[in-house]
Amino acid sequence: MSLLQEKILLRVDQERKLFKVPRVSFTSQEVLEAEREVIFNKCWLYLGHTSEVTKMGQFVTRTVGGRNIVFSRDMENNVNAFLNTCPHRGATVVRDRAGVAKSFQCFYHGWVFGIDGGLKSQPGVESYCESINQNGEVDLPRVPRLEEYRGFWFICFDKEAVSLFDYLGNAREYIDLVVDHSEAGMEVVGGTQEYSIRANWKLLVENSIDGYHAATTHASYLDYLKGTAGALAAVPLKGFGVDLGGGHAVIQYSAPWGRPIAQSIPAWGETGKQDVDRLLAGLTERFGEERARRIALTNRNLLIFPNLIINDIMAITIRTFYPLAPNYQHINGWALAPIGENEWARNNRLENFLEFLGPGGFATPDDVEALQQCQTGYDNAREAAWNDISKGMGREIPAMDDEVQMRAFWTQWNLMLSNSNNQD
Amino acid sequence: MTTNFTRPEIEDFLFNEAALLDDWKLEEWLALFTDDARYLVPATDLPKDAPPEGNLFYIADDYFRIGERVKRLMKKTAFSEQPRSKTRHLVSNVRVFSQSADHCVANAAFITSRAKGGNVDLYVGSSEYTIVRREGALRIRSKRCTLDMEALRPQGRISIIL
Repeated sequence: MSLLQEKILLRVDQERKLFKVPRVSFTSQEVLEAEREVIFNKCWLYLGHTSEVTKMGQFVTRTVGGRNIVFSRDMENNVNAFLNTCPHRGATVVRDRAGVAKSFQCFYHGWVFGIDGGLKSQPGVESYCESINQNGEVDLPRVPRLEEYRGFWFICFDKEAVSLFDYLGNAREYIDLVVDHSEAGMEVVGGTQEYSIRANWKLLVENSIDGYHAATTHASYLDYLKGTAGALAAVPLKGFGVDLGGGHAVIQYSAPWGRPIAQSIPAWGETGKQDVDRLLAGLTERFGEERARRIALTNRNLLIFPNLIINDIMAITIRTFYPLAPNYQHINGWALAPIGENEWARNNRLENFLEFLGPGGFATPDDVEALQQCQTGYDNAREAAWNDISKGMGREIPAMDDEVQMRAFWTQWNLMLSNSNNQD
Repeated sequence: MTTNFTRPEIEDFLFNEAALLDDWKLEEWLALFTDDARYLVPATDLPKDAPPEGNLFYIADDYFRIGERVKRLMKKTAFSEQPRSKTRHLVSNVRVFSQSADHCVANAAFITSRAKGGNVDLYVGSSEYTIVRREGALRIRSKRCTLDMEALRPQGRISIIL
């Protein structure tokens, strides 16, 4: 057993029903390097949503898995993902955040690439050998793998990886429940919440699918809802957690807050109720009553291993994050909404989002604080070495405030890191 | 041109606002707003004039939610700001633009520091105010803080009032 493998060993006691994670997993540079190698270089990572590149020539640049990526749609209507680096001397070629272009020019020596990534011209081309691009070596480099599932585009840096479809596995069912909100499709709303947390990225994995912390961490948000006339429906906070396999996991539950699709609250009034009833009727027609009610009336916090969260709660957020250091991560958050949703519903959705989900809202800042306090607590990891995530262990149907979903993540995480050690 | 609002008057008003925030006198701060006021902080990748309708902001409060924000921040359970961070709101480059008998539009540059837990974060940007006079006193009808930052990094949150 290698040193790292020994360090990250989970303590799982099926008899006593205990599940412990060593805190060194959150603090060690060595662990982070191993994660980059065997998780972020091997797993499918979320790149972006179809709605961000609808027009030919449209592009977005962003960082995924530590790489600078150009996500674009070319003139043949193909979606591409390029590594944003000039094949000549390496400079970043596309320097705008987003836009529409016919070609990209590297400003360093003036090489020009088509929006499909193909090299179009080089100043002083006569000084180069004719075969310089015979195998596309000086085109914009493509990301090894790019695949889509229902509007969600993912990339993978491992050529040999299984298909995205197979990778998502049981999680597909839960992505479907989001995409099926609207026949017209879903879209990312303008405005990205790009923030950071001074804490290990796996703390945010746990936090994003944690049904246990709400009552205390978010007491002030719940006070706000309780104190606001008509903000709550007569619906209990109740549901279950599922290990979806492959490190993916979900909690699904009913909750008293309003859902633009489709659970009304008294504050939305008669118009709101009618609107929501109409949406529910539309879903029932498309999917039958059972599935319609599941889509409309239940909430889901979904983890796609390793670092994509799709939370379909009082609004829908897509959230992804990446570690820059063991104790620091960057986070990108987007709001996803049905295309063609009426103005009233869209505004309620965004209000819901801001109140709860954003780093300027009434809840997320307290999550940020909690995660940073955990990270600070891990300064004591030598003497106080273990996190406990045993809640609900052994239950046939773990509750939404149990921790089966976190055990699913950690089991896969540990498996991947341990396997890598075995190959040494 | 009418000059119902002079720069020194607006400056004094904004300096007082900053002091109330730094002293965590948030109820007094709230009293500076009209009851139809808005407090806005757009996401950093939105165009300068993007409206909160149809776009994702960090903060898009109406008067009710400004009040709730204050109420929340005064609670022990607002953990992000309990214990209190130390803040300093620096307000500068104040300019008064259009004005009429009852209101003016003013702009100020700001740098706000927030110190807590061993970190000092800076928030930099410009605030556009619509300021009215009500019964002889100045009141804020809207405050829109545009962050001159590429992202909310490393600050990670806007748990204080900018």
